[in-house]
This record gives sequence, C-alpha cells and structure tokens, in this order.
Amino acid sequence: MVKFLPLRQAVAENLNDGDSVAFEGFTHLIPTAAAHEAIRQGFRDLTLIRMTPDLIYDQMIGMGMAKKIIFSYVGNPGVGLLRRARDSIENGFPRSIEVEEHSHAGMANAYEAGAAGLPCAVFRGYRGAGLATVNPNIKSVTCPFTGEVLAAVPSIRPDVTFIHAQKADKKGNVLVEGIIGIQKEAVLAAKRAVVTVEEVVDNFDDLHPNLTVLPRWTIAAISVVPGGSHPSYAHGYYARDNAAYLEWDEIAADREKFRAWMQANVIEKSADDFAARVEHLRKAA
Amino acid sequence: MSEIGFTPNEMMTIAASRALRNDDVCFVGIGAPSAACNVARLTHAPDITLIYESGTIGTAPNVLPLSIGDGELCETAVTTVAVPEMFRYWLQGGRISIGFLGAAQLDKFGNINTTVIGDYFHPKTRLPGGGGAPEIATSSKEIYITMAQTKRGMVEKIDFFTSFGHGEGGDHRHRLGIDTSGPTLLITDLAIWKPDPVTKEFTVVSLHPGVSRQQVQDSCGWVVKFAEALDETPAPSELELWTLRDLQARTKAAHEGTGKGKAA
Repeated sequence: MVKFLPLRQAVAENLNDGDSVAFEGFTHLIPTAAAHEAIRQGFRDLTLIRMTPDLIYDQMIGMGMAKKIIFSYVGNPGVGLLRRARDSIENGFPRSIEVEEHSHAGMANAYEAGAAGLPCAVFRGYRGAGLATVNPNIKSVTCPFTGEVLAAVPSIRPDVTFIHAQKADKKGNVLVEGIIGIQKEAVLAAKRAVVTVEEVVDNFDDLHPNLTVLPRWTIAAISVVPGGSHPSYAHGYYARDNAAYLEWDEIAADREKFRAWMQANVIEKSADDFAARVEHLRKAA
Repeated sequence: MSEIGFTPNEMMTIAASRALRNDDVCFVGIGAPSAACNVARLTHAPDITLIYESGTIGTAPNVLPLSIGDGELCETAVTTVAVPEMFRYWLQGGRISIGFLGAAQLDKFGNINTTVIGDYFHPKTRLPGGGGAPEIATSSKEIYITMAQTKRGMVEKIDFFTSFGHGEGGDHRHRLGIDTSGPTLLITDLAIWKPDPVTKEFTVVSLHPGVSRQQVQDSCGWVVKFAEALDETPAPSELELWTLRDLQARTKAAHEGTGKGKAA
C-alpha cells in the first residue's frame, strides 16, 4: 500500500544498484527531482529506460551511474544532442554503456505490453529501418491469420518506475493530466512505482470521471515535491523552462563545467530547492 | 537576404507550407517541418489537423514549440492522447495523410539518417536517433521532407537507415511489404523535388526565384536530375512572409523569456 515519504526515503527504499529503472514523462512531467535524488544517493550499474533520455539521463550517464540505456530518442528536444550521453557512447567517458535503441513506436508498444503482462509487443514497425539490423531485440512474427510479418520487441518490465504527477489525494490516488505520455503504462509495467507530486488535495470528488488516475494500490510511495519536474513542466502549474534546455547544451558540452554544475545544482541541493526554480514559470492566475 | 526581400530559408518554409492542404492530417516533425505546418495553418489551411508525437491532436500553437511536447501544444489541441495510443491507433491505424520530416542526412531516394555519422557501434557522431520517424515514414500515407541543402546533408550514401524512403529505388518499398507512398516531395532552400515515377529518384521540378541549376548541384552530394519542364517557385507573398516572420518573432520572444513572456 502506498506510503507518503520524504523523497530521500522513497528513493532509498525503492531503488537499488543494478536495477532496471524508468524515469518517465514524455517531455512533460519529467521526474527531475527523483532523478537528482538518485544521483545524490550514488546508485551504480543501473539500466536506464526512457523514451527520450532528456537532461536527467544525460546527467545520470555523465555521473557514471548507467551500465545500459534503453531509449528511442537521445536528443535534447528542439535543441540538439545530449553531450554527456554522446561522450559515453563515442568515447566511453566516464564509462562505456551498452545501448539498446528502439523507435518511439517500439518503446511505447513495449511499455504497453509490460503493463498488459505480455512477454512481447507486436506491431507494424521497423520496416526497412536500420535499427532492426543492429538491435537483436527487434525481431519479427508472422500473423497466424493473415500471414503479415510484424515487428516484435520484448515488453518493458522495469524493477522500478519513477514519475512526476500534478496531484495526489489524501489516500494516495494520483492524477496525471495534460500530455500524459507513457506514465500510466510505465507505472503498471513496473514492479514498484514512486510518484512525486506538486501537491496533495483532500479528495478527487470533483474530477471528470475519465481523467488519468492511478489508484493508490498501484504505487509504492508518493513524495510531495513542488516544482519537481523543472526544467520540464507541470501542466496547470508552471511552464517548460525552454531557456534551461538551451543552456544545458553549453553546460554538458564540457566535462569540467558539467561536474561543477552537478556539484552546485544537484549534489549540494535537495528536493526542497525545486519550488524556487519554477517560481518565475508559474502561470498568472 | 536576396534582393527580392526574402531568405532562402523563408522560401523553403513557405514553399513547404503550400504543399499542405486544408483537409490534411499531418504528423509534424520538430524544426523546419513544424514552422511550415503552422504557416500553412495560419494562411491557406486553417482547418489542417496538426499532430505532434507527444499525443496532441489538432493543435494550434500560438508560438512554435521548442520540443514536441511543449505545453502550448496540449493547451490548444482538440484532444491529447497517450503516446501508445498515438502510435497504435492514429499512426499505425492509417489516420495520417502526411508525415512531415526533417533530415540530418538524406539520399536521393528519400532515405533519412538522424542516428549516427560513421559506424553504428563506433560512431564518429552520435545523433539523437529516430524517435517516431521509422514508423512515421512507413505508416503515413505520404512523406514530405524539408531541409536546407548542403553537401554534408544530401549524400550519395547515408550512414544509417533511420527511416526508410524508397530504399534502392523502384519498387523497394513494395518488396518490403510497405504499402504507403513514402517520400513524394522534398522542399529545400533552393528547389522543389519530386521522385521519378519509376526510379523514385528525387528530381528537381521547380527552382526557387533566382536559383540556378548550378547552385542546386553545388550544394548536393549526388548528381542532380532536373525535370524537362522546370518551373520557377512563386516568390513568397506578403501575407506568407508576414505570417512566418511574425510566428518566428513570437517564438523567439517566448523561448528566450524562460517562460516569463508566456505567463502573461
């Protein structure tokens, strides 16, 4: 049953060295605070799963925490490349990592299959695509009814999934809205799920009946971290810090600059520092 | 800036926008395609359905998004669906008329590389990769591509097949069981290209105003074929130029303002 915990404790209780872990959120609601807490606690040999590794995996890879990365777009969205991930893939710095690369359709289908308790996902994909020749986990199956050859990939079943969401009620049910991405599937596919939220409200009685709510019994722990998605955003709370994404390109371009930034902005900070980072991004009421 | 008052990049975006129709359902790639699609929406195609891979369907952003998942897209969309639904029901389900892609590397058959420069396992440069493109390229009814011409970008042989165009040309798509049309249009900063009906090799069908055949060849890594009846692309109208520049000015202000401008 879900527990409300300080983020430090929620991460310590649910993440272990060597785990396969998904920190999901498709551009929106990226669980940055949880990723930074994992960095502070110094986990090693993680298999990092995320459709769009984004800044958080650039940071975790740059800190040498990943032994493998499973992804479908290793860029800084709208800006360019992820330079710490590049340094690791191209030069083995600070360590070499194993790469398992898919398309978005492949990853999305694999998460959905994981949530559905299936061993693999079947879809019409990867036709003529080079990934099918370099990723041994992309195979094909023949439809027993029509004979059509379809792509098959293993389902994604993380040891633990972290997501950020708008709000929880007092019982620990969680609401996600806006660009809902892959979060529901990533939570239901995982053995354990940890959610950071902007706030806790008394109840969800007034909500529209079809909103995306994750019942409390699907979640291991909830931590209240206002601003916990920055520089990503929380629909209805604060806007995406596009300038920070542009700045990251310069920070991550240099190994020393990166370490100094991580020391000052992650290692020496805590989850409590996120609220102030989004103050200027909050929408006028 | 050319002497008639528009840049080659503006010509490219506007020529690309003209290719879109009011009843198109367009899966929009970020960057140049996104600008072109929104200029179309703000000029001749007000009812066009623009879809970004974050699940935003029928979006009408006031500023161009920096990422495919900016809040602006969701706030102005008809509906926003989960990413698996986006790829399964809407793309794989055959609902997309045009997939609009950019490219880091392109060959003459419309095959695109955005994955690596060099060997995949020991890359010289690791690029972001395909994202949604591998399936956009095969499940959309048609593919439009837009990119500025350079010899590095338009090459005889791409380093990696991120998304499949016409492969080796001819009926290669059909042989792989792909029943969609693939790349049917390429809009660069110098010209408009269409695939030869038989070989599927991109052929220049229209030169932008003031552009010579030699300029097109000089910035392309393969030997360029030109159509026998070569058109000249109409110059941007005042409305098209104003719309594009206004959109870009709003976008610049919003992205530089760390969201401060957006909050107002």
